[in-house]
Amino acid sequence: MFYSLGRYILLLRLSFRKPEKFKVYWAEIMREMVSIGIGSLGIISIISVFIGAATTIQVAFQLASPLVPMSIAGSIARDSTILEFSPTISSLVLAGRVGSSIASQIGTMRVTEQIDALEIMGVNAPGYLISPKVIAGMCMVPMLVIASILLAITGGYIACVVSGDVTPADYITGVTQNFAGLTVRVALIKAIVFGFIITSICAYQGFYTQGGALEVGQASTRGVVYSCVMILFADLVITRLML
Amino acid sequence: MIETKNIYKTFGENEVLKDISTQFKPGRNNLIIGGSGSGKTTLLKCIVGLHEPTKGSVIFDGENFTEMNFEQRVPIRTHIGMLFQNSALFDSMTVEENIMFPLNLFTDMSKSEKLDRANFCLKRVNLEDKNKLFPSELSGGMKKRVGIARAISMQPKYLFVDEPNSGLDPKTSILIDELIDELTKEYNITTVVVTHDMNSVMGIGDHIIFLYNGEKWWEGTNKDIAKSDNKELNEFVFASKFMQAAKAKL
Repeated sequence: MFYSLGRYILLLRLSFRKPEKFKVYWAEIMREMVSIGIGSLGIISIISVFIGAATTIQVAFQLASPLVPMSIAGSIARDSTILEFSPTISSLVLAGRVGSSIASQIGTMRVTEQIDALEIMGVNAPGYLISPKVIAGMCMVPMLVIASILLAITGGYIACVVSGDVTPADYITGVTQNFAGLTVRVALIKAIVFGFIITSICAYQGFYTQGGALEVGQASTRGVVYSCVMILFADLVITRLML
Repeated sequence: MIETKNIYKTFGENEVLKDISTQFKPGRNNLIIGGSGSGKTTLLKCIVGLHEPTKGSVIFDGENFTEMNFEQRVPIRTHIGMLFQNSALFDSMTVEENIMFPLNLFTDMSKSEKLDRANFCLKRVNLEDKNKLFPSELSGGMKKRVGIARAISMQPKYLFVDEPNSGLDPKTSILIDELIDELTKEYNITTVVVTHDMNSVMGIGDHIIFLYNGEKWWEGTNKDIAKSDNKELNEFVFASKFMQAAKAKL
């Protein structure tokens, strides 16, 4: 475990060496941003709307007491979405979509000697392959999380309209009252950290793949599993530290 | 010129290379031959720095490559071209982008200059009209030729080739050998080829070292092979009945 941790830290250090040519790296960062951000927008949108809708209905179900105003459902759904569901569940989904793609892409490059080809040319292979992905992940995951928050709250509104468990007016009152900016700050910090975890762990798993197609698949699976565990661990740590 | 001095390489308990010293001179095809597991590819990887030798050193034109760190090696590496066994073309890039890749990173050429250079390299390997294709759309022989085009794009002083004929039909193999030979002579490149293809050995082997169990067992030219009485070399080179018959006629 300590050997792997040391190798992971050394790989990250190599990844953030001075680039050979900033223009080429910048183009890679942009390409990765499109791949991670735009490429994941569809799945994030779908899950966010459903999460928002389901959360609102469940909160409304639990607030059966006539003493509690139904607008609370909107507040609880909003804070749960911002603090937990949007950053964490979105990131778990992104670990599957983006992380597996990164691990298998780099792993395939390793077993087909493409990484050796980069090194022979004098290219800092970890820098060229990993740093653009990590930077893109840390930039795009927060944006996806913001989109997810907005869509989840919209999903809650749609659930109110369709189910009638909470009136849309109560829901909007709940969503807008007693809003604390801290919750968004926590969500964004989580998103940045999760973006780093997904891209760096999966890149590490791919970079040190040895063997063939079977090992590439195994590296991809390991990358996703380790990323998910680390996301949940980091979620707990950040929540404890910031709230 | 490339010089290897007393190279040893071990993986755990397994000693793969033992005391390999030789010189690879420019303008000639230097072939490393030997049976499977004899250490040919390991020696090549030690020379280009993909493996670090356990002992010994590799000297590129008087500069000790083994003692250099990553940054110090970059200037030498920009003079190295390498063709890999499976070509190792970047899947996500077109043929043209593959060839332009090292130019993008290590030169200040304008886009049109880079395109001209890519077109020149593709013309040199007889693949003029394949610029926009992806590696997955090419045959094995075409991939090798694109690999060669990428390797020569930076006008290398040193060209390393790992099993250039693997997976190719005999006619394409000969074309690739001829291309390597032409480029070596035309640009006075120090070319090192790892192979166990006897057509290559007899066709372009200006300087050959034969590895046996990780040791340099024999060294000479293709013309010396037939005259050699080295038992292991003869068993390797003249393993087939066809080659034995050919030797008998000499």
